[in-house]
Amino acid sequence: MKITQKDVEHVALLSRLKLSEDDKDKYTQSLNAILEYMEILNRVDTSGIEPTAHVLPLKNVFREDEVKETLEKELVLSNAPDEENGCFRVPRII
Amino acid sequence: MGSSHKYETVIGLEVHVELKTKTKIFCSCPTEFGGEENTHVCPVCLGLPGVLPVLNKRVLEFAVRAGLALNCEVAGFSKFDRKNYFYPDLPKAYQVSQYDLPICKGGRLEIEAEGKKKTIGITRIHMEEDAGKLLHSGTTIASSDYSLADYNRTGVPLIEIVSEPDMRSSQEARAYLEKLKIILEYIDVSDVKMEQGSLRCDANISLRPIGVEEFGTRAEIKNMNSFKALQKAVEYEVERQAEILNEGGSIVQETRSWDEEKGVTVSMRSKEEAHDYRYFPEPDLVPIVVEPAWVEELRNSLPELPDERKGRLVNVLDLSEYDAGIITGSRALAEYFDRVVACYEEPKTAANWLNGEFLRLLNAQGLEVTESKIDPEDFAALLRYIADGKISGKIAKEVFAQMFAEGEKPGEIIKRKGLMQISDEGALSAVVEKIVAGNPKSVEDYKAGKEKAIGFLVGQVMKETKGQANPGLVNKLLQERLDSL
Repeated sequence: MKITQKDVEHVALLSRLKLSEDDKDKYTQSLNAILEYMEILNRVDTSGIEPTAHVLPLKNVFREDEVKETLEKELVLSNAPDEENGCFRVPRII
Repeated sequence: MGSSHKYETVIGLEVHVELKTKTKIFCSCPTEFGGEENTHVCPVCLGLPGVLPVLNKRVLEFAVRAGLALNCEVAGFSKFDRKNYFYPDLPKAYQVSQYDLPICKGGRLEIEAEGKKKTIGITRIHMEEDAGKLLHSGTTIASSDYSLADYNRTGVPLIEIVSEPDMRSSQEARAYLEKLKIILEYIDVSDVKMEQGSLRCDANISLRPIGVEEFGTRAEIKNMNSFKALQKAVEYEVERQAEILNEGGSIVQETRSWDEEKGVTVSMRSKEEAHDYRYFPEPDLVPIVVEPAWVEELRNSLPELPDERKGRLVNVLDLSEYDAGIITGSRALAEYFDRVVACYEEPKTAANWLNGEFLRLLNAQGLEVTESKIDPEDFAALLRYIADGKISGKIAKEVFAQMFAEGEKPGEIIKRKGLMQISDEGALSAVVEKIVAGNPKSVEDYKAGKEKAIGFLVGQVMKETKGQANPGLVNKLLQERLDSL
């Protein structure tokens, strides 16, 4: 599988990234290099091996259903570029 | 049916259910509905950098309970994934959900629509977090210059229940959703209030020519906020698609929104890219391994479910399907009924009063069963007063209304108001004597063969006793008195 410039543009759009023509060229090459490495990994026989769901040997980490303190409203909104009536104000959606 | 008779309708439903835990799915913020904007939030649900989400154990328990009640297989191994998309109600720009290893799979649900029973398959149930709420500055999202984001709902636990495309009509879709709601109410995992958004439904609808096995292209319908809206939206969408197909057109796979006021579905025109979610395993949450012993413990702790309960009412207590259906349609009513019949041995009479006077008064005042002031034991006591002939059915209704209004015991009301039925022969004979003496014309009529005249005389006795006389006894005493003349 080969990554094309079109794929890069598509992923950039999904990630809301604005790329220059030079960037697109660079990322197309970088992403292809990563996939080429995957091709090498693909040569390993993995039949009978479960897919890895998590890299740490941990399972079942839970919390009890108990209410704890929430964040102060001033702090919640302190990073908001814009606010109104205690809400985050966001630009036109559609 | 208009232009759709050549086609078979295929419907699958995706139902989102807010779980009634105290806290959110991955943090300890309260889930309480409403509340001042952005006060039920913390760094975890706001998606601030460097935080570590941890699964609420109760969410897992509720999801497994729902799975068991819907005859699903519970996965021994399950994990969370990130579903990536940009939308201002999602502060992290991804939703933590489950992709390829959901907690439950392969269930089923029995429904009844238009008198026919049918089994609807359940594909899967997965756990995920809810998004925030957006308030738009204009009347609609499209006409708004900006929107306001409130993240109180962000991270409230949801389960999504996905059905197989097994439904073939709007009635079946509605019956499925209603049944699902009742079951979730019985197992007590959600408030299941459509109007408050704790039960939300999307419908995938497609048509195919009758006899064809291959599915047609589907449209996904959103924004149906009631059972009626679901039914109407499906009916509209079936007609819309049939018309397009009849004109030789083809259906566009898209998301459409139900417009309740106009009664139509409208294309949401989301960009093509919007459905490229690029799921990947959530690295901040570790996998879940469910022990079979725990699953069995949860299975054994499930309450009697609506179908079993209805079966018991029909087969053991000999109620009609109809009465049993109404009573078991809500867990609260079914439990109330059980408590009444625990103190009163005629279930049919109890069912008549429950589905009659009791529901009538509750509905008239917009009350829930649990808000009723009548103690089930008092309910049973009233029925016994009637059965023992101590009060008439008519008087009983009056007493019942008083019990409903004030929560007073029936015995007290009957005593205070002097409503006890008079079954004392001596006392009634005296009244009969008085009425016979005071109505010579009617007595004459009766003697002349007009047997109907006795009805008038019975009425006079009842009037004289303020409706408290035992009517059977009055009849008998009058008959004897008149025949002796």
